[in-house]
Amino acid sequence: MSNIISVKDMSLWYGDHQALKNVNIEIPEKSITAFIGPSGCGKSTFLKTLNRMNDLIPGVKITGDIRYEGTDIFSKEVDVNNLRKEIGMVFQKPNPFPMSIYDNIAYGPRTHGITNKVELDEIVERALRDAAIWDETKDRLKKNALGMSGGQQQRLCIARALAVQPNILLMDEPTSALDPISTSRIEELVVELKEKYTIVMVTHNMQQAVRVSDYTAFFLLGELVEFDKTDDIFSQPRDKRTEDYITGRFG
Amino acid sequence: MLNQSLSKKRKGFEVLMKALMLLSVGLTAALVLFLLIYVLGQGVPNITWELLSTKPSYLTEKIGILPDILNTVYIVLATLLIVLPLGVGAAIYLTEYASNKKVVGIIEYAAETLSGIPSIIYGLVGMLLFSNSMGTCLMAGALTLVIMNLPTIMRTTQESLKTVPQSYREGAFGLGAGKWRVVRTVVLPGCVDGVITGCILSVGRILGESAALLFTAGFAHALNGIIDGLAAPGATLTVALYVYAKEQGEFGVAFAIAAILMVLTVLINFAATLVQKHFAKRRSL
Ligand SMILES: Nc1ncnc2c1ncn2[C@@H]1O[C@H](COP(=O)(O)OP(=O)(O)OP(=O)(O)O)[C@@H](O)[C@H]1O
Ligand SMILES: [Mg+2]
Repeated sequence: MSNIISVKDMSLWYGDHQALKNVNIEIPEKSITAFIGPSGCGKSTFLKTLNRMNDLIPGVKITGDIRYEGTDIFSKEVDVNNLRKEIGMVFQKPNPFPMSIYDNIAYGPRTHGITNKVELDEIVERALRDAAIWDETKDRLKKNALGMSGGQQQRLCIARALAVQPNILLMDEPTSALDPISTSRIEELVVELKEKYTIVMVTHNMQQAVRVSDYTAFFLLGELVEFDKTDDIFSQPRDKRTEDYITGRFG
Repeated sequence: MLNQSLSKKRKGFEVLMKALMLLSVGLTAALVLFLLIYVLGQGVPNITWELLSTKPSYLTEKIGILPDILNTVYIVLATLLIVLPLGVGAAIYLTEYASNKKVVGIIEYAAETLSGIPSIIYGLVGMLLFSNSMGTCLMAGALTLVIMNLPTIMRTTQESLKTVPQSYREGAFGLGAGKWRVVRTVVLPGCVDGVITGCILSVGRILGESAALLFTAGFAHALNGIIDGLAAPGATLTVALYVYAKEQGEFGVAFAIAAILMVLTVLINFAATLVQKHFAKRRSL
């Protein structure tokens, strides 16, 4: 299994505040990688760096090297919009646009130049099926997406991200705003999705990391302390700090 | 004993203050009511179909305000047509594009200050800037009103741009949308209410404006189409009110116009409230 993202000596500052320190990681393709760690340790910051969402925040400075399929994502040749098409994102709080379910899903494809109605219909259906929400939405595609439940909205957002056919899906605590039933549906979905996509997921929920992920990265105070197969991290952590964290001794 | 007398004193004071406040509320309400009834009472009987549908004629010595009504419509249309793209564009640039927050702050402060300047000053500047080059005409008046209303449109649009959730922008950027696409498809639809509110406020302000227009647009009562009308001098309703009352002593006509303006103002305020409510409801969905 090859690595789709490789990060070398990456540091990040918000103004004077250093949020990430010398992070090195190789993220394997078509697998699920979980980021864990206490609040404020830089998980979201690191995740957002991978598709350059941090570009939107003024005063961010990044050093080091981040490669996606071998290409430096900060190089001049890389079009950031294409990068985000390849590396999609699902946010902590479901954020559907205030438009119809159909238009939400079609937003990405339309952005990237697809206007053919038949083609769009196909993409929308496939994305909704892949996100396991087709049955609930097929009769109300023209209805406003804001009328759906939180769990449905989050799966809609996943479908919206899938509709641009990304390679990687970044998910920042995708279930933290959801009830247990919606959460387990999304967990099942994520596991299915790794057939086709590489998934990187931030979670505060240790059980969730164990249930769904293949690899786990533990962050602490802006450092990547340990990165390994999930089974190994949780059964025989090499670092004392990792052990303390997963056994609940702090955090 | 001591406590009791103190509390009695305090109670007396409270009652007194309450009475004073009631009095001032009553006075305010009475004044407003008096003004409304007086103006409507004096004005409405003078509003006839003839007054509304004809132009003044020296032959029959009758006064009609149709030209003034049309002039008002023309100047409102011309002003909005110019001020909307400018104001909305500036607001979008300041909130979505400008990266230098200091400059943005200065511009916002300047806009705030501009909207407090007495309109006669705008009139003076408008006269020098526009009327001196293009002649006294409705268009010169409209351009002056553009400067006056630019801050209003800009600020209301900006305020509603700020209420568009950041998560919408993030969602769109995350799908690979470029800046302009995000603005056009996600941000702009969310600020329609601000734009409409700004328009309504501006229309109200244009209806009520006299000083700035006396300087720049003149006070003729000729009946014109919109193109010719904008190129010619002309009085809006408010200016006509001034002219009829002050220059010609036609108080009946003046009060008729006053009544019309008053009703329009009430309608405009009502419309503004309605728009705000409508969008507040949609937003909380
Ligand atoms: N936009 C920002 N500007 C300045 N500092 C920021 C910004 N975003 C995050 N930080 C800081 O960077 C550090 C890392 O934040 P980050 O959001 O990445 O943590 P996290 O691990 O995702 O935490 P949580 O689990 O609470 O989501 C924190 O100290 C935070 O205060
Ligand atoms: Mg976070």
